[in-house]
Amino acid sequence: MLEQDTICAISTPPGEGGIGIIRISGPKAVPITSKVFKPRNVQPLDRAKTYTLQYGHIVDPKSGEVCDEAIIGIMRSPTSYTREDVVEINCHSGMISLRRILETVIAAGARLAEPGEFTQRAFVNGRIDLAQAEAVLDIITAKTELSHKAALKQLQGGLSTEIASLQDELITLLASVEAGIDFPDEDIETASGTSLADTVACMITEIDKMLSGFAFGQILRNGYATAIVGRPNVGKSSLLNTLLKRDRAIVSEIPGTTRDVLEEYVNSAGIPLRIIDTAGIRHANDTIEQEGVRRSLAALASADLALIVLDGSETMTAEDRRVLEEAKEKNFLIVLNKNDLPRKKFDLDPTWTVVPVSCKNGHGLDDLTNAIADKIFQNTAMHQEQGWMINVRHKTALEQTREHLQHAEASIAAKLSPEFYAADLRSALDNLGLITGATCTEDILKRIFSTFCIGK
Amino acid sequence: MSQTTFTKNYDVIVVGAGHAGCEAALAAARMGCSTLLFTINLDAIAQMSCNPAIGGLAKGNLVREIDALGGEMAKITDRTGIQFRTLNQSKGPAVHGTRAQADKLLYRAAMKESLEKQQGLDVQQAMVEKILVEDTIIKGIETNIGVQYFSSAVILTTGTFLKGLIHIGLSHYPAGRAGEFPSIGLSDSLRDLGFEIKRLKTGTPARLNGRSIDFSKMKPQYGDNPAPFFSFTEKEHPLPQLPCYLSYTTPVTHEMIRNNLDRSPLYSGVIKGIGPRYCPSIEDKVMRFPERERHQVFLEPEGIQTEEFYANGMPTSLPFDVQIKMYRSVPGLEDVEIMRPAYAIEYDFAPPTQITHELETKKISGLYFAGQINGTSGYEEAAAQGLMAGINAALKIQQRPPLVLLRNEAYIGVLIDDLTTRGTNEPYRMFTSRAEYRLLLREDNADLRLREKGRMIGLVSEDLYKEFLDKKKSIEAEINRLKSTWIKQNQTVNSVLLRKNSTELSQETSLDQLLKRPEIEYKDIEEISPPATLLQNDAPKQVEIQLKYEGYIQRQLDHVARFAGLEQKKIPRDFDYDSITGLGTEVRQKLKQVQPISLGQASRISGVTPAAISLILVSLEKRKRSKNQTQNNSGENTQ
Repeated sequence: MLEQDTICAISTPPGEGGIGIIRISGPKAVPITSKVFKPRNVQPLDRAKTYTLQYGHIVDPKSGEVCDEAIIGIMRSPTSYTREDVVEINCHSGMISLRRILETVIAAGARLAEPGEFTQRAFVNGRIDLAQAEAVLDIITAKTELSHKAALKQLQGGLSTEIASLQDELITLLASVEAGIDFPDEDIETASGTSLADTVACMITEIDKMLSGFAFGQILRNGYATAIVGRPNVGKSSLLNTLLKRDRAIVSEIPGTTRDVLEEYVNSAGIPLRIIDTAGIRHANDTIEQEGVRRSLAALASADLALIVLDGSETMTAEDRRVLEEAKEKNFLIVLNKNDLPRKKFDLDPTWTVVPVSCKNGHGLDDLTNAIADKIFQNTAMHQEQGWMINVRHKTALEQTREHLQHAEASIAAKLSPEFYAADLRSALDNLGLITGATCTEDILKRIFSTFCIGK
Repeated sequence: MSQTTFTKNYDVIVVGAGHAGCEAALAAARMGCSTLLFTINLDAIAQMSCNPAIGGLAKGNLVREIDALGGEMAKITDRTGIQFRTLNQSKGPAVHGTRAQADKLLYRAAMKESLEKQQGLDVQQAMVEKILVEDTIIKGIETNIGVQYFSSAVILTTGTFLKGLIHIGLSHYPAGRAGEFPSIGLSDSLRDLGFEIKRLKTGTPARLNGRSIDFSKMKPQYGDNPAPFFSFTEKEHPLPQLPCYLSYTTPVTHEMIRNNLDRSPLYSGVIKGIGPRYCPSIEDKVMRFPERERHQVFLEPEGIQTEEFYANGMPTSLPFDVQIKMYRSVPGLEDVEIMRPAYAIEYDFAPPTQITHELETKKISGLYFAGQINGTSGYEEAAAQGLMAGINAALKIQQRPPLVLLRNEAYIGVLIDDLTTRGTNEPYRMFTSRAEYRLLLREDNADLRLREKGRMIGLVSEDLYKEFLDKKKSIEAEINRLKSTWIKQNQTVNSVLLRKNSTELSQETSLDQLLKRPEIEYKDIEEISPPATLLQNDAPKQVEIQLKYEGYIQRQLDHVARFAGLEQKKIPRDFDYDSITGLGTEVRQKLKQVQPISLGQASRISGVTPAAISLILVSLEKRKRSKNQTQNNSGENTQ
């Protein structure tokens, strides 16, 4: 569209390719990239010449976390595909990481592109010839239809009802605030002060709930990152194989057999788990194993859930305690393996979840599956039946709705005149409208006249 | 009927001398067009058919904008107002609304005087019956006595007169408004030309004799002192100031209404037109909000030399005998005598998607509609349209580019864009909530927004313009000074801050930052660090508003900038929406009907999605390129 904004999208096909590209186009393409890119050399990105590549890392500016290493291609206006400033982030990661980078770029100020929008900009800016115009029109029509269908499908069930009711509440609230502004001489009671602040606070909580649902949606798509950790030779790889129901990891009696991190997907009671088997954590002497331990700790740090494996047939060792120490800040549960052998007495915190299993004969696996599900749902504040998904667009819209509501909250708290928080509430409603379809002034007026007796 | 031709030809003919017609005629004449204004009744020029008040929320902004552009309404109101108030004073400047009670008789007289004295403007009493057209181009009009008048432009500002039908109880009779003839032929003439005509309804309460009212039982409501002004140039309010009075309906009133609904034309289905939701009849209020025990009744004086009072809040179409009992059930009105009964009126209007942003009809070149004929209600909405129609008719005749105000420039822009984009199903009234850039469109900065334009079209004199430029410069200079002047704490600063309960300066601070503190006003800054020459009139207020609300104002300006591209991307009038595949039938039909002037307007049509906008955008580009190609090709051929 002709909005003077900057758009972004993943431009490589979905699937696990060797490389992924995120394309950003618009007047702020370079400044936005600068916010998320830490170049290896000292030269700032905005001074980089057109058609040059810069090496560095993508860093989430909020958390300071490194998302991936990347090569940034800069193509400046007008010699780019869209004739706007274009940046391409090349990274060697799969879809999961690509999505995360994309979200980081959106958080830095870009807008997720509409279907065919890059091509459309290219055409409108005179980049591609007339013969291609029809093709562009087809892309817009077809892709829009498709994505609408997909979006609608995603909206079915719980979410659409929840968003519709949020929109309805917001219209009611705005109608009340607007009535107070436009009809000062009327004998009506409109929202103000604490009741107003409370309503806005409730809406923010509702959105938070929906957004945690978005996190769950991500889980369904990307798998719940579950790290198997423990000291060497407690049966971590056996657990992975048992969960996979096939031999993926090499298992042996020799401690330290697994020297790198292995990743596998497994469907556990309908929840996709991305299971990360790690090298045993111990004080290692050889450099390869040392690196393995370092990676294990990194995997543990980035995991959503840790399965801490202990050998139930042996007493706790100092290494076990170190693993527990490393993992205790995380969402974790304890897998007490080798249940088939005589069990030693363990001194564990009674509040911890402990599941005895035997990878050898499969005992206790159902318990483990249930325990994992409990942990996940407890953490996402979600019930299983509400397992809907929202895509990035919906998430962005919801986040922006929340941001405007927070603005409104601050304005109300600062006792500003209502037209200021009315502007915030209106922006919130507009953003919600990106999911449900736009609201117009007429909807608000309708609500005013049906709620309040106006007519001096 | 024998026809004769009037001896003089005009540039512009305006039909109807209400609030729209007067502004249209004055604007056209002042811009140098020979202009003729018709009225059915020369004694009812600029008549306030309903309440004796001008302005209010959002409407006050319209009046200020009219003044900034060089219109008349604000000046006449200041000269004939008998009470002035700024509504919403406890709120921010963007939602202040100036409202005045006007002396109806004096208002009419003052406007009539302006018209009569205006160079290049003739005023005639006649009933216009027919629009004269040749090949979709306007030629002039014909009156009911067969006289034809020719002109380059015709502006219809017919108010409620087109097939007006008054209802009082189950009785009804044709009238333009109480006591005046309706215009029957003109409405048919429009239908014959192919215009879509629909019906609306509005109503007005009774006028009561003040001698029979016990004001001691009511709460008086006085104007502000000092009284605010509508016009940027008027310096005094010459008339004595009067209060309004507040009373309430009672359960007896409501009982009476419920018992007589079968005699209400509204509830028995006699009235077909749609009435305004924001101005319901008292029977509507009682039926729709049964839990309310009382409703407000404001008694507004109709003038200084009259005892007539307007019973605001109690419009009705109930029969006369019920009206008397109903009004008498209100405390203070126990013995009241009705001088003019309340009534409802139905009238014809032309759904406004049939006009362009210049208020010219899409069907007939040179024919303009303004005011209630476009489905609006309110004197201010009418005057604003009249002014813009007069301006654009003159500009077209003078072959100058039209004046179209954007939504971020003026309420007038919002008004006309709403009408032409979405049409209306009820009498359209302006509200501040209709303006998405409300924080920019304030009463206080109407001159800063529009004076320049008023000067450009020739409605603002050189003297006034110079005065405005001086003010503008002084504001800009002072804002720059406050931003670049840094102060440390000293005795003056400390004493001012202490007095204002403001925290002491801990470090060097710029004056504008200091002014942004909620408790600090411009006059405090003036005390701490006065400018070389003190600011005049309302310039200090302007400095204060612009700086205090800078953050919010900037946010809206950013929003405007973000969508400027869409507004600037024009869609040609002859654009073929059928050539775009992928548009839904309903959306296509709406686009063909509205014929949006820009992608921005197209995006505001209900049902038009961002994807549809993309399709139009790409098709526009495609069209442009094939045109260029054809031109290039033909160029090659001739070589």
